[in-house]
Amino acid sequence: MRAPALLFAALLLTACAPVDEATPPSGPTAVDGVPCTKDDLTTLAKGKFTFGTDQPVYPPWYQDDDPTSGKGFESAVAYAVAEQLGYAKADVAWVRVPFNAAIQPGAKTYDANLTEFSITEERKQAVDFSAPYYTVAQAVIALKTAPVASAKSVEELRKAKIGAQVGTTSFTAAKRLVAEQDIAVYNTNDDAKAALRAGQVEALVVDLPTAFFITSAEMEDAAIVGQIPAGDGKPEQFGIVLDKGSKLTGCVSTAVEALRSRGRLAEIETQWLTTEGKAPELK
Amino acid sequence: MISDLQRERLAYRRSRSRRSTAVALVSTVVFAAVLWFSVTSAPGWPRVRLSFFSLATAWRTLPAILDGLWLNIRVLVVAEVLILVLALGIAALRTLRGPVWFPLRALATGYVDLFRGLPLIICLYLVGFGLPGLRLSGVPNDPVLLGGFALVLVYSAYVAEVFRAGIESIHPSQLAAARSLGLNHRKTMRLVVLPQAIRRVLPALLNDFVALQKDCGLISVLGAVDAVRAAQIESAGAYNFTPYVVAGLLFVLLAVPSGRLADWVSRRAARRQGA
Repeated sequence: MRAPALLFAALLLTACAPVDEATPPSGPTAVDGVPCTKDDLTTLAKGKFTFGTDQPVYPPWYQDDDPTSGKGFESAVAYAVAEQLGYAKADVAWVRVPFNAAIQPGAKTYDANLTEFSITEERKQAVDFSAPYYTVAQAVIALKTAPVASAKSVEELRKAKIGAQVGTTSFTAAKRLVAEQDIAVYNTNDDAKAALRAGQVEALVVDLPTAFFITSAEMEDAAIVGQIPAGDGKPEQFGIVLDKGSKLTGCVSTAVEALRSRGRLAEIETQWLTTEGKAPELK
Repeated sequence: MISDLQRERLAYRRSRSRRSTAVALVSTVVFAAVLWFSVTSAPGWPRVRLSFFSLATAWRTLPAILDGLWLNIRVLVVAEVLILVLALGIAALRTLRGPVWFPLRALATGYVDLFRGLPLIICLYLVGFGLPGLRLSGVPNDPVLLGGFALVLVYSAYVAEVFRAGIESIHPSQLAAARSLGLNHRKTMRLVVLPQAIRRVLPALLNDFVALQKDCGLISVLGAVDAVRAAQIESAGAYNFTPYVVAGLLFVLLAVPSGRLADWVSRRAARRQGA
């Protein structure tokens, strides 16, 4: 399986070698001998770049459950990556991919997927990740009237009943709190919020941008208690998911890095995730 | 005494049956080999094996899944007992005769119509998040209790209909005979109708029992961690589907005894009727 891929790469290398010189230095670069331009990328549909994301998707990552708008952090990142690779806005297609379909071993329906996938070594065995496009913190939210709302340390949260969404690193972060009661696990953050309203859990763990959105727009009677310290000192990062062994991974990573060095990623972040940094750190 | 001709016939039959056994054996082996070969030689097999049949992942995640399964089993047992009692009561109400019982009959019919028609997941949300949302004192706040309550509501509607089918399948002559012996309605039901009715619907009841076995896990939408949810958590951590396969196998193992029990019960019933 590897040998033909290498052979293919070598062929492309020799075939495209003269063209490389013609590539403008500011434009798309080549990765492993494969030029990262619209004409050379082997996407699902020639000349189109197909992004995948879950349904529904939530602010601040996407606005109004509409990834095609370019509004919302991840939608904006997707269009910026596509542009970096030479695709116009009209060349970008979207497919809706449930979590399980996004990580299954068979042929994918997307070229690249942005749905707040955190990069871990374990997950790298099943899918490819691009270079990270966002470093995320996990935060605890609670109703303002709840006793835990005034907690200043992880220790003070230990007696609380805590909830989180299944399959997220928020759940992993909730486990880091070492609560005395079992963590309640919900299908979606919407279910978790319902449980918080019904008083079945005292606090929820969500990522910080989501925490800001929930407390400012969805549940104004709730507040951010604080940020949870990162596990074993490593910051958690979101990466674009690609099929395992995808020929696009190198190019997408290069595009993300280029956006970072140009300051474009930071711009998008300020535009969509502005309230960052105002939540206290739990000790 | 068996004649030579008969002996020959028997020998011939035995040889034919040996031959068909051999043919069946060979064809099964060939079929299995073809299936195995075509699956394992598929281009995606190495990745499918890694994603769905990783022994290391299965072993690592087994304790968490077993923990979840223990919750399933406890909910199953308690819910099943309550369901049987409640369903029998509803079925009895629905089969009451006489105009004076109309309100009770209508109530029971309304209950069955409502909860048999209501999707379980919606019932779970209403009971699980709606009831405690009222913040009445005395309403439990535990997702397992509330989820179990929703299961009992929905499943007793199904099971009540199974019981009613059994009760109505008893021939009117049985009722007439019971009456002629001087038994009143209650005694007729208890001594004549129900014993026969329950025996007739046992396979259907066991069917609902197995269905309940699997639906017990749905209480996980309320936050409790059952076997499937535990598998989902493990699966999401590593992007590997093996934990689901492990949970699936455990559920199959759980359902097998119910199936054998149903077989045994129907064999016993057949023997009794033959006697």
